[in-house]
Amino acid sequence: MYQAIVFFPLLGALIAGLFGRVIGDRPSEIITSGLLILSALMSCVAFVDVGLNGETEKVKVLQWMHSGALQIDWVLRIDTLTAVMLVVVTCVSSMVHVYSIGYMSHDGARARFFAYLSLFTFMMLVLVTADNFVQLFFGWEGVGLASYLLIGFWFKKPSANAAAIKAFVVNRVGDFGLILGMAAIYFTVGSLEFDTVFAAAGALADGQLEFLGLTLPALTTICLLLFMGAMGKSAQFLLHTWLPDAMEGPTPVSALIHAATMVTAGIFLVARCSPLFELSDLALAVVTVTGAVTAFFAATVGLVQNDIKRVIAYSTCSQLGYMFVALGVGAYQVAMFHLFTHAFFKALLFLGAGSVIHAMQDEQDMRKMGGLRTLVPASWFVMIVGTLALTGFPFTAGFYSKDAIVEAAYAAEIGPHMFAFTLLVVAALFTSFYSWRLIFLTFYGLPRCSNETLSHVHESPPVMLVPLIILSIGALFAGFTFYDFFIGDGQAAFWGSSIFTSAENHVLHDLHKVPGWVKLSPVVMMVAGFTLAWVMYIRRPTLPTQLAREHDLIYNFLLNKWYIDEIYNFIFVRPVKWLARLFWKGGDGAIIDGLGPDGIAASVLYVTRRAVSLQTGFVYHYAFAMLVGIAGLVSWFMLTGGQ
Amino acid sequence: MTDWPILSTITFLPLLGAFFILLIRGDEATVAGNAKAVALWTSVVTLFLTGFMVSQFDASSAAFQFVERIDWLGDGVDYAMGVDGISVLFVLLTAALMPICILASWQSITHRVREYMLAFLVLETLMIGVFCAMDLILFYLFFEGGLIPMFLIIGIWGGGRRVYASFKFFLYTLLGSVLMLLAVLVMYWQTGTTFIPDLMETAFAPEWQTWLWLAFFASFAVKMPMWPVHTWLPDAHVEAPTAGSVILAGVLLKMGGYGFLRFSLPMFPIASDLFAPMVFALSAIAIVYTSLVAFAQEDMKKLIAYSSVAHMGFVTMGLFSATVQGVQGAIFQMLSHGWISSALFLCVGVIYDRMHTREIAAYGGLANRMPVYAAIFMLFTMANVGLPGTSGFVGEFLTIIGTFQVSTWTAMFAASGVIFSACYALTLYRRVSFGRIEHEGLQQIADADRRETFLFVPLVIATLIFGVWPMPVLDITAVSVDQLVLNYQEALSTHAANAVSLGGAESLR
Repeated sequence: MYQAIVFFPLLGALIAGLFGRVIGDRPSEIITSGLLILSALMSCVAFVDVGLNGETEKVKVLQWMHSGALQIDWVLRIDTLTAVMLVVVTCVSSMVHVYSIGYMSHDGARARFFAYLSLFTFMMLVLVTADNFVQLFFGWEGVGLASYLLIGFWFKKPSANAAAIKAFVVNRVGDFGLILGMAAIYFTVGSLEFDTVFAAAGALADGQLEFLGLTLPALTTICLLLFMGAMGKSAQFLLHTWLPDAMEGPTPVSALIHAATMVTAGIFLVARCSPLFELSDLALAVVTVTGAVTAFFAATVGLVQNDIKRVIAYSTCSQLGYMFVALGVGAYQVAMFHLFTHAFFKALLFLGAGSVIHAMQDEQDMRKMGGLRTLVPASWFVMIVGTLALTGFPFTAGFYSKDAIVEAAYAAEIGPHMFAFTLLVVAALFTSFYSWRLIFLTFYGLPRCSNETLSHVHESPPVMLVPLIILSIGALFAGFTFYDFFIGDGQAAFWGSSIFTSAENHVLHDLHKVPGWVKLSPVVMMVAGFTLAWVMYIRRPTLPTQLAREHDLIYNFLLNKWYIDEIYNFIFVRPVKWLARLFWKGGDGAIIDGLGPDGIAASVLYVTRRAVSLQTGFVYHYAFAMLVGIAGLVSWFMLTGGQ
Repeated sequence: MTDWPILSTITFLPLLGAFFILLIRGDEATVAGNAKAVALWTSVVTLFLTGFMVSQFDASSAAFQFVERIDWLGDGVDYAMGVDGISVLFVLLTAALMPICILASWQSITHRVREYMLAFLVLETLMIGVFCAMDLILFYLFFEGGLIPMFLIIGIWGGGRRVYASFKFFLYTLLGSVLMLLAVLVMYWQTGTTFIPDLMETAFAPEWQTWLWLAFFASFAVKMPMWPVHTWLPDAHVEAPTAGSVILAGVLLKMGGYGFLRFSLPMFPIASDLFAPMVFALSAIAIVYTSLVAFAQEDMKKLIAYSSVAHMGFVTMGLFSATVQGVQGAIFQMLSHGWISSALFLCVGVIYDRMHTREIAAYGGLANRMPVYAAIFMLFTMANVGLPGTSGFVGEFLTIIGTFQVSTWTAMFAASGVIFSACYALTLYRRVSFGRIEHEGLQQIADADRRETFLFVPLVIATLIFGVWPMPVLDITAVSVDQLVLNYQEALSTHAANAVSLGGAESLR
């Protein structure tokens, strides 16, 4: 069964990809979606089997690389952590597949689209079922490939191509760390298999590693290198720049890859490596600070964006920051819980936004929307549900998971947890504000689009609405239903050995006992954000423009995303291009060729022109014949000389 | 079957084919057609024989197999052929690429077809000979002889600046050849034999090792090519016909790496250890520097040629790490680069045959008109980037793992190569395939036809199969590489022990 869960999507991808043009678009859609729904159903079974009732399962598939002491195999490893991810990935992916049948119905290359979607799902499943770091890396890069292909799906658009390359390259910056991390693990432990490495964590914690001429604590170095990979994939501050641009891809892609699944791979990696991270306070502190800064930074930028998808993208970035804070304070289970609920409501928000975009004939600028509530009531409804869950409205999914992160940050005893707590609470205010701003700008007020567009606005077909409704159910109830298993009393039995927490780590216990004001603070922030958004966009719609004009410095700083793209362009992109030309024209051209072959050639030509009458001009022919002659002659001398 | 000299058969069968081509008479079209047919059949039969030979190869032994040894020039210089786990797959790679090359030239070569096929068959004999030779003199003859047909292929069937390119090619190799020949003479004078297994058992004096190592290095580094003696390669590639580029990148570049494996590491371990830091530095520079240069290229073939130099940086780095993973990874990287870069040059060839330009800016939006081609090109672009699941990853990963154990700095620079390779390869792909078709001439461009698609099939299969299941390659090389690394480490520890006892003796005085 586990093989089927993982390989059905690959099968679908191959059928749609290789034979899509033969069998047609509709069969491709049905086959890929059907296989994924099957895979999702089996994942639910696996979730019950392994998560609720069982222990770790391993299925060996094939040998991969055996070289000396390095032994790497293809093995499917199913434990609770994997089972959670299986459910998230296959459920959201099957919903996105079905939704895409409607969303992409006007596109000419649907078979290719569905092949990519299924390929992505396969890679993601390999990632979460990995039993060693290299297999994880295979899935890791594989989802990167699928993401690249899907962001650039509309390859005629230059902006989509640029975004696709940017996503791939920025991710590779993270992968650079991940590769070195793997090399360091192999060097110190002699294996890359999870169980072996985790068993050696204690020894690593005391060990030293010679790295780049420095003697560093082995475990912390390894954790930080791995975390670099996680930062790239999960779009954390400084490596986040690709995520907003990735919105160039079709909206279902944004929902699946850039909200629910791929970007959470970094969270999964750190949770999977909890036996390593748990023993390194410094690494955990770095994770906490990075997460907190990202949560805050992305939320501030989200406040002023006008593109509906970009707002949600920054929101995703910010929520991933929340999850990293949970990991950083040692509450891995809480991070996974938020990952789980976030997948539902963020996919819902994206698909709902897609429904709106679809209705508006591909318009994404919220300044040209407004007043859509009565025109697309179903989309309005699901967006409200998603927003409630995201902002943590009581008893929705986000309320349980997100508030638990804030409480865990307060309750933790390690690292800069109060710093994180403060930033997270502020970010909660921003989150509520930008979420409701999105709702008010899109669905309320007077329509700001042209009359022609307005006359075409229509509600989405059932094939798009049904997935939305299913995800809404998840967004409303996933938190309440699974609270006990993930972070409540049943958590120890639920997670089993898949997550490691040290004996001193009581954060999961303590977070239930934080003072009342801590528990209340996210709710207060949510209400404040809502009120502020209501005042600014419903009550006094002129206020935002006025504020922007009065504080244009701050406004532009936020609108331009803290100018990070511009800074990168200045300190990385332009110097690299300059260096590339310098090396080519200067290094290869002027110095190496100039002093080497060209210089010699010039002098040889000069000499030969004087000495020899050049009948054919093919000096080098003679020269070459000479070389062969000399070689033969010398060989002959040598051989006879030996006699 | 053991009596049959199968290696000599494989080696000289193409030469026999070449002889037949010489005999062909008739008008130009007949000669061309027959020459092509003979060349194709010869290379296919050679491939089958090679396949048979590999299937009979015993991977559990590190010794040379299918050994033939006949007295040749007397006094320790024999005609000796044999393959071990290190060389056997290179023979297979050469034999497998040759039919692809001949098919790739089927329509693009129109003048002097007979001579062209002749040159390729002779080249095949010489290349296979390099990997089978068990005698230093024999190796040298094959090694240097291979230059002549390659030189002619570039010089006669090449592009506009072929004279410059062949001249450059020649100048670089001249220096290396002369020095290597000197080293060969010295080794013969010292040991009285040129039989490679005997030489491997000879412990050359450390001070001699240094000089011999440097002489061999001069030749192999050029062939590799290593920075800074790499600038002949982009020019040679640019001017060579497609099949010439395939052979150049697929096989000829591997001879340098093979030379390191066959001579430098086993015969001069102390010198190898001494110079390893230098090789690491050159490898790291090659990876970063040439990746950057590749990024700035405006000519497709030049870009791929520079990326080859960067990939060869991984090879030299892995080899001189002298760890099992590093050496196996290097061998794997050489083989994998053999089919990936071949496929990339074929990709360029497909559109060059249609548009007669290699300039990147002359293309754009090909995915609109050429979906099959675009898919193939994407696959090999990703393989070039070293995406896991393609064979490109296995070599890069193993060499990084191997090198990290010896030099973290080098491993760090090599790992940064994954970023740079993504930059140049994806940018190339985007500029060629994505976007709208904007050039008038591309409006009617046809997708890859059946012959062209067929050429890619074996390369696609190799790239994917060995990406997820490289075990056949790793298994065949495992024992020989283990032995190589073991001998290397033993030689070093013996040397260290000697040095210590010597130092002890001096201090006693």
